[in-house]
Amino acid sequence: MTRKLRRAVMYAVLVIASLLSVFPLYFMIVSATNTSAQVLGARLLPGLQLLTNLHALMAQQDLLAALWHSSLNAVSTTVLALIVCAVAGYGFEVYHSRGKDAVMNILLLTMMIPFAATMIPLFRMFSEAGLANSTLAVILPAISTPFLILLFRQSARSFPHEILDAARIDGLGELTIFVRMFIPTMRSTFAAAAVITFMGAWNNFLWPRVILISNSQQTITMLISNFRAGYVIDYGVLMLAVLVASLPTMIIFLILQRSFANGITGAVQ
Amino acid sequence: MSTVRLTAKPSPATGRRIVGLEKRHSLTGWAFLTPAAVLIAVMSFYPMIQSFILSLHTGRGTVLHWASPIWYNYARLFQDQTFKLTIQNTFIYLVIQVPIMLIMALILATILNDKTLRFKGLWRTAIFLPCAVSLVSYSMVFRTLFATNGAINDALMGLHLIDSPINWLAQTGTARMVIILGLLWRWTGYNMVFYLAALQTIDYSTFEAARIDGANTVQTFFHVTVPQLRPMILLTAIMSTNGTLQLFDESWNLTQGGPANTSMTMSHYLYQLSFQSNPNIGYGSAVSYAILIMVAILAAIQMKVGDKRD
Repeated sequence: MTRKLRRAVMYAVLVIASLLSVFPLYFMIVSATNTSAQVLGARLLPGLQLLTNLHALMAQQDLLAALWHSSLNAVSTTVLALIVCAVAGYGFEVYHSRGKDAVMNILLLTMMIPFAATMIPLFRMFSEAGLANSTLAVILPAISTPFLILLFRQSARSFPHEILDAARIDGLGELTIFVRMFIPTMRSTFAAAAVITFMGAWNNFLWPRVILISNSQQTITMLISNFRAGYVIDYGVLMLAVLVASLPTMIIFLILQRSFANGITGAVQ
Repeated sequence: MSTVRLTAKPSPATGRRIVGLEKRHSLTGWAFLTPAAVLIAVMSFYPMIQSFILSLHTGRGTVLHWASPIWYNYARLFQDQTFKLTIQNTFIYLVIQVPIMLIMALILATILNDKTLRFKGLWRTAIFLPCAVSLVSYSMVFRTLFATNGAINDALMGLHLIDSPINWLAQTGTARMVIILGLLWRWTGYNMVFYLAALQTIDYSTFEAARIDGANTVQTFFHVTVPQLRPMILLTAIMSTNGTLQLFDESWNLTQGGPANTSMTMSHYLYQLSFQSNPNIGYGSAVSYAILIMVAILAAIQMKVGDKRD
């Protein structure tokens, strides 16, 4: 009897937690197809306003430009971060020495530096270099992160040393070994790192908000945020904009959920 | 063949060659980690030092000079009612939201770790899903849901729980509550995934053994699950604290800091000081250092408490 009760409680908790988790996203999706009045009126069924809302959104905002800027930022951050951090993580582990461990410990300290504490000088540095409003300024601070280096160092730990020795005896150069041996065997780590970096860069708000002064370079998160300034908000259009901004990361999440989970927890295992 | 030669006792000549090789490998290693280390030095360490130097300056816009007395900005922090208010707001979020979230995440992870549970993937995906949307996106969704003439008020009035719509975002208590609800929604699944990962490394038989010994669910949870997850609980507590002290997107987009700054976070205030009308970056830098020091102190306290053995 208590066993049955226990199971009932377990499933009840899961059903409630799942419904609460999914509801705001469901609301966002159906609201994108409804009029502003219907959204406020808590209409929970899909409507026929999707194209009207899309039309209004494109007329009010430069949606495609914002999507392009976000894509450019997210993709270039991901590619560069993966190269720089994978090479570094591999370097720390495979060639490890006391000096390198000391450097690693110093780098790990930066995990505790709040972004707030570096934001103002970063803004000044990039502005003085004439790089305000540039893609480079958006991505540079996000490329090298202790978290990703740690993730790659952890996975390099499981890279068999025999392979390394054998490849060296075969006369392969150190960089060739990294590219041809390490990268293919660590595919899952790269997937995990790519997913979290892409999602982080796509969703980033504060730094782009600071460094992209002119609206011509605005990202999709900045575009959504600008809605809050309006006195009369068309909620149907707003929810459509939020949906468009969320679709890429939601699709990546649903397909690569395991990689994402491994990415956020990987470095601490 | 070559392996045989390597395992043989090296002659003085080959010995020197191996030392030379090791030196070269060590240099390769340094070359490998240089780009990352330089970037972190330039993008984190250098600005952190600059920030401190800036915090000793006063002046508006780009015209800056050394403050006199040199600690002027820091003295001003203690007089600044708005800053005190944003500290208070941030700590309200921290003290209420983080414990509730971590306990909920622990309970959900424990349930999902049950071997007999069905549709495990489905529950996990659903509860983890909020992490797929950006902080700005969910802030706007919550803003819409909690609008005065919005869905939540309609539902509550439909159920006759309230007579007239509540202006959620225009009252201090409810505005803070909406931010806390938003944070709980966005981050519970995230922390649950950490606990699930940790639970999977624990031998499942310890849970079964506890049950066979007659422990009930609650006893097993407190005496078997929680102690084993202690390092992970410490880690998630530090991460959540760090994140809460840096909250910006929700304050900026969901409540706009209102009403009258009573839901504004420290980072939001910092942004306002440093980048909005007539910026005062010297004082902004002092605020940013105050945040840095709070993050460091709280992390140190948590590590001290978390390390304690029973």
